[in-house]
Amino acid sequence: MRYYSLGNYRDNRLVEVKGTGMPNNKLGKQTLAFRTRPEVLGTGSVVGVKEGQGPLGKSFDIVLEEDMFGEKTWEGAESKMLSESMRIAMKKAGKTADQVDAILSGDLLNQLMSSTYSVKEFSVPFLGMYGACSTMTEAIILGSVLVDGSYFDTVIAAASSHYSTAERQFRMPLEHGNQRPPSAQWTSTASGSLVIGRSKNPHFCCTYATIGKIVDTGMTDANQMGAAMAPAALDTVYRHLLDTGREWNYYDRILTGDLGHIGKQILIDMAKNLGIDLSPAYDDCGVLIYEKDQDVHSGGSGCGCSASVFAGPVWKSMMEGSISKVLLVSTGALLSTTSAQQGGSIPGIAHAVSVEAVY
Amino acid sequence: MDYLWTFLVGGGICVIGQLLMDGTKLTAPRILVLLVVTGALLTGFGLYQPLVKLAGSGATVPLPGFGYALAKGAIDAASKEGLMGALTGGIKDTAAGITAAIVFGYIVALCFNPKSIR
Amino acid sequence: MAKKNSSARNESEKKRQKKAYEKYVKNFTPRPKYFSNSIKAFIVGGSICMAASYIQDGLINRGLGKSEAGSVVTVILICTAQLLTGFGWFDSIAKFAGAGVIVPITGFANSMVAPAMEFKKEGPVLGSGAKLFTLAGPVLVCGITASVIIGIIALLK
Repeated sequence: MRYYSLGNYRDNRLVEVKGTGMPNNKLGKQTLAFRTRPEVLGTGSVVGVKEGQGPLGKSFDIVLEEDMFGEKTWEGAESKMLSESMRIAMKKAGKTADQVDAILSGDLLNQLMSSTYSVKEFSVPFLGMYGACSTMTEAIILGSVLVDGSYFDTVIAAASSHYSTAERQFRMPLEHGNQRPPSAQWTSTASGSLVIGRSKNPHFCCTYATIGKIVDTGMTDANQMGAAMAPAALDTVYRHLLDTGREWNYYDRILTGDLGHIGKQILIDMAKNLGIDLSPAYDDCGVLIYEKDQDVHSGGSGCGCSASVFAGPVWKSMMEGSISKVLLVSTGALLSTTSAQQGGSIPGIAHAVSVEAVY
Repeated sequence: MDYLWTFLVGGGICVIGQLLMDGTKLTAPRILVLLVVTGALLTGFGLYQPLVKLAGSGATVPLPGFGYALAKGAIDAASKEGLMGALTGGIKDTAAGITAAIVFGYIVALCFNPKSIR
Repeated sequence: MAKKNSSARNESEKKRQKKAYEKYVKNFTPRPKYFSNSIKAFIVGGSICMAASYIQDGLINRGLGKSEAGSVVTVILICTAQLLTGFGWFDSIAKFAGAGVIVPITGFANSMVAPAMEFKKEGPVLGSGAKLFTLAGPVLVCGITASVIIGIIALLK
């Protein structure tokens, strides 16, 4: 059995698990090493009107003209966005639906109905994922595990969110007159898909992934989600760097999913207290996806935020060669309408996956 | 001149609501409930009636005024019809508003669709 | 006994941490614009009350009784607010004026029709019909209950 070496990476531990002859792919406490380098073959991103008007608008594959996408319900629109992004990703990867072994997808709706309805037309084995807004990296991690372990050849990892479906499930009806506080975030209408598989000349691969622990700050304010998730993001990033032995300035970009302006500042400040200066390479997808004058207060949120920003603009930069090492850290606020009404806290979680050039 | 008091009192009650919205974690529906019950309680203690006399619509249009109408209806009917009056008086007096809100609201809801982006 | 003490200590430690973190987060949270929001609420709220007063006086001049005129004005306000909600303008007005349109009866009217419009997709009976009361229900329940209690107390006096 040949063990692939990871070239010039600092950590090159190929430890054999005693007695089984199998390599141990675990690094440190929470990190997985993808020894056989599952590759990101193609991406697809579909976003709504507001996101298209934002600073990254031109870098997405499809920008909708209206958020209904020609469907009768918002939920139908979200499903359509998700299936479209999967189609675009498959096309770019040069695969058809029957060449895909599994789809791992998730969203914010009850019982993952957006993903379910979007995936059923493809007739592909389906695993629903839920990590609130950390769903995208959760899907990428588990998809990479399936490919790295040679269980499947090609998988799709995807996530989506829609402002209107999230508002009517979690918050207030659309036409309700209310004022959002300055810390509130805007659930982005967006979806992103990645095709993970193998090719003859691998370019960008998933190399390491850190599965996050739940970190509960005790905060109960649903309008302060960025602040509630920031400690979880820091915990995962710190753990990732510790486990892989990498320096904090190793990555060209460290992107959190949706901490928003407030969460981003908190993360930078808390990292400073640990002696890490995250600011040059670090940014947040929720901050990047909207302009300040689009009146989104603290920035974007939702599974689709990190999914679409990575699958669209970030992937474009990687393809153009301006960046080659990205750590994507989607962050999730684990609450439900019930827990919020019962005064429960909002635990946060963040999963990290590194996607880098391996030529 | 009367309109000045209407303006001042009406605006003042709205400012109280705004400060609650901005300064506390209370959401709008919770604040509305607080205002209605406060209006009813103040009416029960006889403290809201002078405000209504002074400012008219300035006191009856905001939601404490709705509480005032409910409580006043209950008190007046109670004095005439006893217990049944206490039960029915509040709703009887505010029936116009409640029914209009329900029926017209239902019709509007059936005819119009929500729009996503402001 | 020792276990109970340690779990109580854990609870108080968690509470302390939570409070400390909330305080820390406040440093990064922009303050709401108290003054400008209050001014806008004051002017818009006051104007709505003034307009209501004007209409009521007009109706009284036409011969309606005082309380009837009051009811008619209430109905007019409610229907206007709901129509504005239907057209999709109320939420923009509320974003600007805040409590100025939420605190008057217009806010109550909007809170009835907004969820009903939203959940129309779930059907006219169990969708719209039921959702009319999701936000406005508590106002009616608590208001009516308070009024009945006050009525009974007035009886006993």
